[in-house]
Amino acid sequence: MEKLQSSFKNMVLSLVIISMVAAGLLAGVYILTLENINAQKKAKQEAAKLAVLAGHEDGTAIETAVDGFGGTFRVMVGFDAEGNILGYEILEHQETPGLGSHMVHWFKNADKPGQNIIGRKAGELQVSKDGGDVDAITAATITSRAFLKAINQAYAEFKGTEANTGASQLQQTEAVEEEVIIIEEKETEVSHE
Amino acid sequence: MSNALKTFTNGLLKENPTFVLVLGMCPTLATTTSAINGMSMGLATLFVLVCSNVVISMLKNLIPDKVRIPAFIVVIATFVTLVQLLMQAYLPAIYDVLGLFIPLIVVNCIVLGRAEAFAAKNSVGLSALDGLGMGLGFTLALTILGAIRELLGTGACFGWHIFPDNYGALVFVLAPGAFIALAYLMVIINKLQKK
Repeated sequence: MEKLQSSFKNMVLSLVIISMVAAGLLAGVYILTLENINAQKKAKQEAAKLAVLAGHEDGTAIETAVDGFGGTFRVMVGFDAEGNILGYEILEHQETPGLGSHMVHWFKNADKPGQNIIGRKAGELQVSKDGGDVDAITAATITSRAFLKAINQAYAEFKGTEANTGASQLQQTEAVEEEVIIIEEKETEVSHE
Repeated sequence: MSNALKTFTNGLLKENPTFVLVLGMCPTLATTTSAINGMSMGLATLFVLVCSNVVISMLKNLIPDKVRIPAFIVVIATFVTLVQLLMQAYLPAIYDVLGLFIPLIVVNCIVLGRAEAFAAKNSVGLSALDGLGMGLGFTLALTILGAIRELLGTGACFGWHIFPDNYGALVFVLAPGAFIALAYLMVIINKLQKK
């Protein structure tokens, strides 16, 4: 077949057709995969809930979202009845591979107390650069700040629910009976400097 | 047949995209903090490279010369998004590892470079082989670079500790180490090729 000449009509037609086919294809695959992707997300969320509670039946799992370095990321945080951090899981993120992405393990490394937040009380956690006592991820301070913000935000949420249900004792029984788990998405701004 | 073989091996060493063509430096420098990260990025690129080369080779006569670049970019971006959606839906375990790298493929000029330099002028079969060779060459280069940076920076290779990480020079995991390691690798490859 002859190569199409670069006439105005040919150029417009060729680009329009290619873009339309591409858009149609993407829309089709999006619809096709949407259900599956949502199911995967849901499964991941369920698994994260179990993981962050680490077997504590009186714990509460709270999901929260903040703006990191590469976009919004979602964290699931588990608290025990006293508000100490039981564990966390990153549900979704777009931080830089090899730098910010280290947050998945960084803050639960039991061998490095300076960066480990498991078992600590949340609410006022800050990276050491900002006057806090948590070691930030090497070369990913903005991600670290956002991460701690997410944890603090989850803790505020946890405090709020505790106040709503009255005594922590009440929450404890509820949690055992029907696994009360609060999922709340919050969008906040983190300044990128 | 020898022509096909030559096309395939071209990307591995003689025209290695990283060491010789020096294309796609953004993902090369950014993602090679460990051997496994480098390999993941390489494999994700390999897949998109083969697909886009094949499709662009098929469409080459339908695309007028003056609008070929935007047309190629639409094709490549479509593939990248397709790969991301399909992987997320059907291969969640692989997506967890590779997912972060997929959007980075769009900024990789090897994909556009091969579309322009090879697929737009050659048959579908040869274009597929070129994509495969270039992709493997890229994967190889990124894996080597990642392995060196991981070893010097943290004392491990593919996650296996060879010496304690306290002796590692952290700079190799950070950005400057990427430039240093890549430069030395290029020197070595150039030296070997001149012989």
